[in-house]
Amino acid sequence: MEEQEKKRVKLPETDEGTVLFNVPFPKDLKDLKGMAPIIIRQPYHIDYIHSYGQDSPFFAGLANGKLLGTRCGPCKHTYGTPRLHCMYCGNECDWIELPKEGAVHTFTICHYGSEEFLKETPFVLILVEWPGVDTLFLSRLVGVDSLQPSLDWVGMKVRAQFKRLSKFKPTDVYFVPA
Amino acid sequence: MRPVYLVSGGVSKFAKARPDVTFQPMVKEAYDYALKDLGLEFRQAAELVDGTVASYFSDHFMRQLKAGSMVQDYLGLTPKPSKRIEAGGATGGVAFQSGWEAVASGRFDICVVYGWETMSRVNTWKGNEFIALASDVSFDYPVGGFYSGYYAMMVVRHMKEFGTSVEQMALVSVKNHNNAFHNPYAQKRMNIRIEDVRASEMVAWPLTMLDICVMSDGAAVTILASEEGLNKLEKATGRRPKPAKVTGVGGGIDAMRMADRPHGEVILLPHEKPEDYKGLKYPGVHSFRAGRMASKTAYQMAGITNPLEELDFIELHDAYTSSEIQTYEDMGLCRYGEGGKFVEAGKPFMPNLDYGYRFPEQGKIPVNPSGGLIACGHPVGATGLMQAVFALWQLQGSIGKHFGSNQLQVKNARRGAIHSHAGTGTYVVVSILEKGF
Repeated sequence: MEEQEKKRVKLPETDEGTVLFNVPFPKDLKDLKGMAPIIIRQPYHIDYIHSYGQDSPFFAGLANGKLLGTRCGPCKHTYGTPRLHCMYCGNECDWIELPKEGAVHTFTICHYGSEEFLKETPFVLILVEWPGVDTLFLSRLVGVDSLQPSLDWVGMKVRAQFKRLSKFKPTDVYFVPA
Repeated sequence: MRPVYLVSGGVSKFAKARPDVTFQPMVKEAYDYALKDLGLEFRQAAELVDGTVASYFSDHFMRQLKAGSMVQDYLGLTPKPSKRIEAGGATGGVAFQSGWEAVASGRFDICVVYGWETMSRVNTWKGNEFIALASDVSFDYPVGGFYSGYYAMMVVRHMKEFGTSVEQMALVSVKNHNNAFHNPYAQKRMNIRIEDVRASEMVAWPLTMLDICVMSDGAAVTILASEEGLNKLEKATGRRPKPAKVTGVGGGIDAMRMADRPHGEVILLPHEKPEDYKGLKYPGVHSFRAGRMASKTAYQMAGITNPLEELDFIELHDAYTSSEIQTYEDMGLCRYGEGGKFVEAGKPFMPNLDYGYRFPEQGKIPVNPSGGLIACGHPVGATGLMQAVFALWQLQGSIGKHFGSNQLQVKNARRGAIHSHAGTGTYVVVSILEKGF
């Protein structure tokens, strides 16, 4: 453990690399097997043309201040995260508006995250539940003290709020304590 | 179907980074070890092997498509047939079962399953981003895609539902790190205590750095054979292999988005009764229905009716201390909700090691005697195969030979299980191995 703690004290590492035009080379080729590996930077960037397809109405709903789920007509199974087709009977579901107020089913506080979200840490993730809705919804919770988490947060009543300037992402909706 | 045997295996030492090699020589290290242990020459293997399964998870980590073919030619196994398996975190376990299928069906007499991952080619947080792409990219990933966050939410529900504590979770870390102290293949070999786990950095409340497995570069290889395959190997090497027989394979899938999981009834194992779970909504996000399904089907095939009494050890997918506790329950070692008490009683610890704590029932069924993912590392495509190799060595009684010490040898091990798990419990497989000589 002590060694681990010691290792933490260090300058931050960055991975932009450097420009290098040559390396030492041995006279005897046999010495090549002792050579340190050459490590280079290979950037990689992609813009996907991602279609929300059949789920598009959900994102249109967020842009208009509505949180949408789906309900199966024949079996009445109600989805807190929309699916066009019912998992149980295979029928096509209908769009419904979910209540603005729900409760925390479970939560966590992310002190680290994927690179894309590192700058947002610490952030709170929750799964929201509603009475009469069979499945949950993943979202962010703001307005709680992320340094004082407690199991008592489970069951907390929360209310949906919407971003005014929609990004057409699931984060266009987030929750606050009700 | 015909009987299938696991005849040999090899593992490269898992490391944070292996910049000294590209992936092909890393796989060859494990392959050469497996051949040497069998007494087979490289050229003989190229002759005898009928085909292979390549096991690797992410094309993103290497930015190299068709990497499986590149390994195949490096191992001198071209132009033999091969296929690639990808099943998230369970890639290795599913690839192992795919090799089993190839032999059980009669297609191959000798099948090599090789797996690896090189995760060091991107920084840790970019790696977490790649892994989080194994969640719904429309609804889950953009909210803050992070697997440790997902598992933290699942265990928070487990804590709320059943009273599981962070100290109980920390005990899993204590067990697996301390076991790995005696495993030279492990990436992290440390003697730690509960306080160390809780004092390490918080990653996703309540999971700390020491509750979570690390990324690794590593490779593992298994060689599977039919009875005919065993005969061919004996003829070629002049000695009878000491195999493990694969007596059960099982698998299960659950909804990718954990928000979609039902709140219904428990899938029961033979030793359980419906009244054990009155009022429990299942699986919700506190349990893994796919893990239960995988266990149930594997046990059925192997004729196991009470796993706690009928298995001698388990190597299971402890990507998180919390998921090891949840998996005790899925695998039926205890009832749902009792996983925390199960570890607190000492049941999954090695009977012979001193962990610095007194347990009333230490060593009932050693779980992750090798140190598991938490201490060995988790080079995804290699992980499930590493479990198979360590299980084979347990059943052969050859841990001392391979680890250089007998500390982790489970005495008289006759039957063990390996368990490989993906996503948020999205994809789980269990295989049962028995002493086959």
